[in-house]
Formats: sequence, structure tokens, C-alpha cells
Amino acid sequence: MATTGQEEFTLDTASELAAEESGAQIQGRSPWALAGRRLRRNKFALFFLAVFLLILIACIFGRGLYAHHVSGMGENDTNPGGVITVNGQRVHVISQGKTVIKNGIPQIQFGGVPIGPQWGAAGGQYVLGADTLGRDVATRVLYGGYNSLFIGIISAVICTLLSVVFALLAGYFGGAPDWIISRAFDLIWAFPVILLGIALGTALSLNGFHHGPINISGSSLWIPIAVISIVFIPYIGRPLRGQVLALRNREFIEASTAQGAGPLRIMFTELLPNLASSVLVLFTLIVANAILTEAALSFLGAGVQPPNPSWGTMIADGQHQLANAPWISLFPGIMIALTVLSLNVFGDGLRDALDPRAKVRIEH
Amino acid sequence: MAEPLLDVKDLKVRFATEDGIVQAVSGISFNLEPGKVLGIVGESGSGKSVTAMTIMGLTRGVNARFDGEVLYKGTDLLNVSDSGMQEYRGNEIGMIFQDPMTSLNPVYRIGAQIAEAIQAHEEVDKRGARARSVELLRQVGIPNPETRVDDYPHQFSGGMRQRAMIAMALSCNPSILIADEPTTALDVTIQAQIVELIGRLKDDFKSAVIFITHDLGVIAEIADEIIVMYAGRVVEQGTTRDVFYDPQMPYTWGLLGSIPRLDRPRVDRLHTIEGSPPSLINLPQGCKFRPRCPHAFEKCTEEPQLENRVETPGHLDRCWLDVEFKRNHRDETISPGSEEAA
Amino acid sequence: MVAFLIRRFVGMILVLIAVSFIVYLIFIVIPGGDPAQRIAGRVATPANIASIKHELGLDQNIFVQWFKMVKSLLSGTLVSYYNQTNVVQQIKQGIPATFSLCIGAGLIWLFFGVLVGTISAIRAGRVADRFITALALIGISLPVAWLGLVLLYLFADDGLNTWFPPGGYVPLTQDPIQWAYHLILPWLTLAVLFIGFYGRVLRSNILDTINEDFVRTAKAKGLSSQRIIVKHVLRASLIPIVTLFGLDFAAVLGGGAIITETVYNVQGVGWYAAQAIGQQDLPPLMGVTLYGAAFIVVFSTLIDIAYAYLDPRIRLT
Repeated sequence: MATTGQEEFTLDTASELAAEESGAQIQGRSPWALAGRRLRRNKFALFFLAVFLLILIACIFGRGLYAHHVSGMGENDTNPGGVITVNGQRVHVISQGKTVIKNGIPQIQFGGVPIGPQWGAAGGQYVLGADTLGRDVATRVLYGGYNSLFIGIISAVICTLLSVVFALLAGYFGGAPDWIISRAFDLIWAFPVILLGIALGTALSLNGFHHGPINISGSSLWIPIAVISIVFIPYIGRPLRGQVLALRNREFIEASTAQGAGPLRIMFTELLPNLASSVLVLFTLIVANAILTEAALSFLGAGVQPPNPSWGTMIADGQHQLANAPWISLFPGIMIALTVLSLNVFGDGLRDALDPRAKVRIEH
Repeated sequence: MAEPLLDVKDLKVRFATEDGIVQAVSGISFNLEPGKVLGIVGESGSGKSVTAMTIMGLTRGVNARFDGEVLYKGTDLLNVSDSGMQEYRGNEIGMIFQDPMTSLNPVYRIGAQIAEAIQAHEEVDKRGARARSVELLRQVGIPNPETRVDDYPHQFSGGMRQRAMIAMALSCNPSILIADEPTTALDVTIQAQIVELIGRLKDDFKSAVIFITHDLGVIAEIADEIIVMYAGRVVEQGTTRDVFYDPQMPYTWGLLGSIPRLDRPRVDRLHTIEGSPPSLINLPQGCKFRPRCPHAFEKCTEEPQLENRVETPGHLDRCWLDVEFKRNHRDETISPGSEEAA
Repeated sequence: MVAFLIRRFVGMILVLIAVSFIVYLIFIVIPGGDPAQRIAGRVATPANIASIKHELGLDQNIFVQWFKMVKSLLSGTLVSYYNQTNVVQQIKQGIPATFSLCIGAGLIWLFFGVLVGTISAIRAGRVADRFITALALIGISLPVAWLGLVLLYLFADDGLNTWFPPGGYVPLTQDPIQWAYHLILPWLTLAVLFIGFYGRVLRSNILDTINEDFVRTAKAKGLSSQRIIVKHVLRASLIPIVTLFGLDFAAVLGGGAIITETVYNVQGVGWYAAQAIGQQDLPPLMGVTLYGAAFIVVFSTLIDIAYAYLDPRIRLT
């Protein structure tokens, strides 16, 4: 026994003491909580998420309200001969040709030019202008937006689901399933995205899809959805498969198998949670790309079929009217750019939050 | 006594992270003379690697703050600019790292990477640099160096890669070689060879060595002086003999106890130190080892200073326990089950 | 090394065969309905439909159909029923325009993408980086069709300014200056998206590579920052860019620049495909799809081989 009055602590009391010291322990926080905190600090990402959600809500819930209360026109209501009141004056929706005298010389002003953006001047009508058939651009932007967003988001969901399933099957089982799935990825990958899109899009929109019990007409929105879902599978499927392969050989999978867990259980409870952050980030990117691809396909005529509006078809509508009526193509394009930009900025923020490059590397 | 080669005075290193300020190193001091081997020992997070990297200027960044001095031949390296440090790195001070596979660029040949180090500091043409590379590979024990100099890193075995790294680090005859856990990623048998190689080369090249490891057993043969680090602090410092035969820190006892020994009666379980190292952001009050120390008592709530408490001058420790008490009780930890503990 | 090359080439042939089967599936099998009717297009006459049925062997089994489809495409017997032109011929005619557009744009986007990515990585976190990142994000968010139309509106005849021609293509052999002059806006339009994307990818690669152990070793050897960046960091970071560029370049050469060609009326391979969509004319689409995929498959194989040169670890497998 010591002679200087020191008391000897046993191992037990020492660890109790340690437990009481809040400062002495390294505090564990779940990775999701940490990610959430990082995301909350990223003002840009949050701002653009809000912008995207705003656009989404406007197109989903706002379109009917707008058509009913503001513009008074549906998305396909034409009005070529219409006349509206702007600031008290009567103006033709599509200009009538007339002759004017300038400097004593008669000049012909051609008709057929749709009215431009009125903003508030016409009492809610033609806020963003009219197109060549007299349709209200603003209403069509909302309805077209609904279609574009619907296609973009649903395709991304389907694509992600399929990719995750394929990646799990290929990565976990290896062997023949992996070979088949990887070759399928390779084959889809072998086509330029847009060419594959128009090939499938055109072939399917001509006749629709009629096999067995499934009958989808050529003008259904599900055609572009199916096309875009398929085309992007390798873009998510391959990176995920790589991750599954890497995780597959880690000890916690061995441990789980040793405990008697079957393949399905392992895939769901062990592999999937580890893929979650990649899936989230990839999903955001695919939504952005799906919207751009739908716009491209619809612009070319291989996507959304008339009379359904989409942002892409609207750009096509206005492409020959640039000189006279640039607003027909301008506004849908701005909406696409804004929506996709918001998704990209938020996606970046999400990626940084989930997997930050450590600002400091502490070597031990 | 001549001016020491390297004189580290009260070095402190802090990093700003999103979780707070990390006190990575809180005041380490030592010096190094030519030909001397200093061993720095500690767990992950003890600050040993940060110390080494700071000497080389590799920890500089927007979020790093340094205090104290690192005097190399009289010049404070902490005040040298980053481009100024290029003169010292590789040339005056060489460094090798833990994992030789990832530390070598996979797309360049070994010989090219060694020659690159030489040509960065000396006026040598390609042929001369290549010839020197071959010689260096021979010196570190690579067989057939004339052919192997053109191999890629993946064509070398783990031990050979580490030898090549050593060759690269010594290529410009630096006065100091810093080895940061050079054997941790290697097989036990290769470990011994590498340690022996370093010992031999330091004499051939007349360099001083700083050998960093978490395993006291690895440096027992080669080190002249040992520094034990914990939570960014030096907790024990002295000659190898002092630290091994008269260890004064319970933490050091834990480290010694966890080395399997052939010359002691076999024990059922190797000693492990309970608990985990403290967070470097929220360090506990008082002695940093207290939560894990089996002998902690109430005085330990006040942090001990690093002082010489034993008869041998130069043997420093940070522990309040009475020296006699320590000498009587440490064998419970170092070699439980042996006669000394009974 | 030779074995490696042979393996890659054999693989390439197999993939091309599989790709042709997919084209067959897409156009003949998947949609259902009557393929002959579909292919005959809008101006279908019973005689056309009957001859298509015979040409493609639609009354025979899958493999005969597939074989006949490929044969008729490659030998040029499959024609566009809309305007009675030979598909293969039309594709060939479109090649100079497409190549002019894509090679020019490709060089621009590769150069600027690498430049922008490197600058933004070296100045990471500072003003230049934030600015470049913002521009890059905008660049990858713009729909190509819309960007083309906006540039036309702003800078071309019929628009606000009249600095550039409103589209069209002038062959290089006819007038090199006009050739370039007509291609400037299309080059820019096609390149913007890729510059943004490549810049971001490279920036990310560089920032990852800077933390690699071998870069730490390079620093510890006392190499100059310039040497470290060029010989160690860029060398490693550019390898994935090589793959990306190879595939993207192949895709646009193979008709993937369809939107840019349409907006600017550059009558290349992509333009040809776009016209066919409007006319509901399938044979040109079949031809261009096969053509585009062939480009990617061939380039993909070339990239694999280039990779072996760039990364010695692969050579031995």
C-alpha cells in the first residue's frame, strides 16, 4: 500500500470515471446526422432546392388554378382570331396584316405575328405572350412543365430502382448473373444516348407498344418515360455495381453470412444502406438529365407527342419564329435551365454533405 | 557539444475542422545529432505523424496553425516559405511513409522516380541519375538492380517497394531520414529486415533517423532515444535503456505489456489498455491518460508537467505517481503472471 | 500484348453483332404491330409493304429477319420510302458536315474543359474557382436546342445582331473561311455543355489526386509545385478524361450532335436522322442508329488499348 495517502483505483472505478467525463470520450454521431448538418449549412443548395420545389408545386398544383383564374385558357385552347384589351386598347392576338405609310411610302406590315408578353397589362391574359395558334404561353409553360417534370421524375425513379436491383444482383451473385447484366449494360451504353432515345421513341410512338396484355398507345406519356428509364440504366447501374462489388468482400458481409443471413436479407439490410448515399446523389443527377433528355427528344419529335405540351415541344414550336416571336421558345427554355440548374446545385450540395472531402487530413 | 542537427522546441500544431479545433500536437521538444536514432512511439491520434510531417512542412494549409520552433541547422523551418522548403525536402531531410504501394506513382518506373528525386536537387544528367539509381537499389538490397530499375511499382513485392522508397529518400544524402511507420504495412519477417536496413544505412549515409511507430518492439534494437506520445503530448522521454528498463508512465507500461515476449513466461492474455484515446478537440482536464489509467488518483485531475523525476537526468515523464510505487507495481501491467508481479 | 489486342478486337466484333441485334429488336420486334407497315412509312403502298416483307424476311424466323435486316442496311438496299433515297448514301453524304462540326467542337471542348478544370482545381475555394464552378453548372443545365436558338437570336442574321450567318454548312473544300465562319456558333453550342461537364470532372479528379499518397511522396522529395502538378497530379487526373472524351467524341461523330445540326441546319448525319423523325421514316433511323453505335464500339476498343498504354498495371492482364 502506498505511503503518501494516494488511493489506488481499480480498473472498474477508472472506467466508471471515464464514462462520466463527457470531454474524454469521442462523441459518435450517425453519418446521416452529420450529413444533415452539413447540408443545412449550405445556403446555396437549400436555396436551389426551394426553387425546384417551387417550380414543382407551381406545375403540379398551380396549372389548373392558373388556367382557371388567371389566363382563362386551357393548355390547348387556340385563339387565332382573338382580340384582347391591353391598357384600354383593343389588340389582335395574332397581328393582322396592314399597310402603313412611312415617310410617304406605303409599307406592308405582315400579319401572323403573335402578341408578345403582356405581363400584367391584359389582366392576366397572355402574360408571357401567345404562340402562332394564339395559345397562352404561360399556361402551356405550366402544363408542359407538369408533363416534363412528370416524365423526368418518374423515369428517374424507375431507372434508379431497376439499376439498384441489377447492381445488387450482379454485384452480389457474381458469375453468370453478373455477366449477363454487365453485358446488358454494355449494350445499352454502346448507343449514343440521344440516338437510342429517338430510335426507341420514334418506333414506339408510331404504333405504340402492344404485346400480350400491355397496350400503350403511341402518344402516351409512358413511352418517353420507358425510353428515358432504359437509356440511363447503365449510367447508374455501373457505378453502383462497382460499389456493391467492393462492399461484397468486406468482413461485415462475411459476418452476416456466417450468422445465417440469406442473400435477400444481406442485400437489403447490409448492402443497400451503404449504397444509399450514392443512390441519392445519382438520383438527383438522373432527374436533371432526364428532364434535359425529354426536352431534346420532344424537340425532335420523338418524345412527347402532340397535342400534349412539354417544355421541349414548345421550344420546337417557336424555333422558326425567332425573329418575330422569340418568347415562344425563350420561356420554356428558361424553365428547363432553371429547373435543371436547381437540381444540379442541390445535387452538388447533397454530394458534399454526404461525402465531404475532409478539409484537413489528420495523419496519426 | 556541437549545435544539434535538428532542435524542435515546444512545437504545437492545431487544425481547424468543422467539428472544432484539433490540438494535434501540444508541445513536443527534442533534438537530434548526426547518426542518432530517435524513436517516436504512440497510438493513432497521438500526434507522432503530425510532428514528422510538420518538420517536412507537409501539414501546412489554410486550417493549420503552428507554434514553437523547428530549428534545422539553426534555421526555423516553420518560417521558411513553401517553395523554400523544396530545398530541404528530399535534399536535407528525406521521408518514407507507411504504405509503399500507394506512396509510389503506379505509372512511372521505379528508376525514373528515384532519378526524379536526384535531378530535383543535383546537377546530374539522365544517364548519371539512372546510374545512381541502380547503385542505390543495390545498396538497399534489391537483387539485379540493373534490370529492376526499369520495373513498375506493382512488379515489386511489398518489402522491395519499401526498400526502393528508402533508396529514393536517401538518394540526395539527406542529414535526416524520417521513417513514418515504415514497417506497419509489411510482414513481420520483412519488418525485421527493413529495420536492420535502416540501421545499416544510417551509418553508410551518416544520417540521423526519426523512426515513428506504434510498436515499441520494432525500435528496441535500433533507437538511441525514445519519445512516447499520447494525445498530442510527450508523456515519456529518455534513452532506450531508460524507457525499457525503468518506464515511468503507466501508458508506457501498457505499450510494453502488449509486446509478446519470448523471454518471459507465457501469459494467457496480452495486456490491453482499456478504453480509447481522447478526442483531440475536447481534451479532458488534467492528465490525458487518466480515464484509462489503472493507477489514477485524485492528484491526476491536475495535468503533470514533463519533468525529470528519476535519478537519471534526461529521463522525463508526466506522471504524479511516486517513483517507488511505480517500480513496485508496473510489472502487473508489463508482465502479468511473472514472479516480479507476485 | 498481342494477345491483349486480339482479345479486344474479337470482343469488338462480338459487340457490334450484338448491337445490330438490338437495332433489329428496337425497330422490328419491340413495338408490336406490323413492322412492314411501320417501315413503309406514311406513304405506304401495298406494293411497298409486300416488298419490305420480302426484303426483311418478315415471314421467317428471328435470325433470318435479323440477318436480312443487317444485310439490307449495309448493302444499301433498304431505302427511305419517304423520298426514295438510299440510306447508306445519305449517311455518307452527311459525314463531311458532321465531322467538321464534331472535330472542331471536340478540340474546343477538350482544350477549354481541361484548362477550366485545372484552373478551378488549383485555385480551389477562391474566387476563380467559384466563378468557374457557377459557369460550369449553368453550362450543363442549358438545353442544347434552346442554347442554339438563343445564340442564333442574339448573334445571327434575322436576330438582334447580324454578326454570324443563320446556319447552313459550307464545305471546307469550297471555301475554308466561310466553312469556319458558318461553324463558329454551332461549335460553341455543342462545346458549352461538354466544357462545363469536363471542367467539373477534372476538378474533382485533381482534388482527389492531390490527396493521394504518391503526391505526398512527390512533395516530400522536394519537387517543385509545377512538376508535381503536371507530372504527377494531371497525369493521373487526365486518364478518366481520356475515356470520357473518347466516348463523347464517338457519340457526336456517330450522329449524336443531332440537335445542334438541326438548329443550325448543318446537314450532317444527325440532321438526316432528325428529318426522318419528322417524316416518320424508319429506315434512316435504323441506319444512323447502327452507324452511331458502331462508332462508339470502335472508339471504346481504341480507348481500352490506349488505357493499356497509359496505365502499365493493365498491360499484363
